[in-house]
Amino acid sequence: MALALGTGGVLLVVLVWELARPTLAGALARTRASVLARRREGSAGGYDPGRERRAEQRARVLLRSCVDEHDWAMYRELGFLRVWGGLSDPGDGREPGYAYLIYPHKPIVAYVPATGALLNEYCVAFPDNSKPYGSARLPHSDDVLAKWMALTADERRLVGEANMHLPGRQIDPERVRRDLARLAQWERQRASRVALAPSPDARRARIARRDNVRAA
Amino acid sequence: MKLLRMKPGHGEIVIAEGDVAVAEQERELIEAFRAELDAGMWAAVPTQAEGGRREAEMVRSFDEVPRDAERVIFFPRAAGGAPGASR
Repeated sequence: MALALGTGGVLLVVLVWELARPTLAGALARTRASVLARRREGSAGGYDPGRERRAEQRARVLLRSCVDEHDWAMYRELGFLRVWGGLSDPGDGREPGYAYLIYPHKPIVAYVPATGALLNEYCVAFPDNSKPYGSARLPHSDDVLAKWMALTADERRLVGEANMHLPGRQIDPERVRRDLARLAQWERQRASRVALAPSPDARRARIARRDNVRAA
Repeated sequence: MKLLRMKPGHGEIVIAEGDVAVAEQERELIEAFRAELDAGMWAAVPTQAEGGRREAEMVRSFDEVPRDAERVIFFPRAAGGAPGASR
């Protein structure tokens, strides 16, 4: 009796194995192919957590090489750039009647520096539809540089391409006012630092005095 | 002269480099320049205005690029956009 049951059990196991083997083999092959495909994607253009950071570092170097030292410091410390409007530039050294704030991947905000009044938001993007790594968005600093180049080179053309909205459509006006206040304070502090900094001649004289003291 | 192109997920890449005074290299630069414009890119040359202020100049053909320009930067053309609200 036990022998018959044991034999039956073995036959049952063998039968189930033979029936399930093609399905299991197929599932194994699919899993293996899927893993290989994911690895290939990972090496050619899939998710890479460090890529965006490296891209942003390159973009910052490029931006820094293109803008004034003052503008670079503004962007590095405040997170946006100010560009003076060129269409109303009096050309006599006075400030133009309006200016723009450039934020990465946000609309350009036009405002009146004399009063702080916000004029418009210009929604503009620079989408690269080839999407080399799955995204059409440039790194943050490249987006800022693209806006800066387009505004300083051909303001009318960029404004013409943008969608114009009233202030507050996408960027909180309170945030922009806070940024304008930060900018004013930052420029005051920077100006006072420059005023307090010794001139190159004074610095050289101080070093010479120190060297003379050491020599004595 | 270097032709650079901004690229998502990468930063800028050098697409061509050469001396405009050498005919063969200039031809290669012109071909690369045209290819980028044909791909819908805008081209700008970083410059320095009188008084030392930095600015840029948009160029629509290789002839408009100053001969002494060190680099031309290509970037995707502007499009009116409305990215996600940022509040």
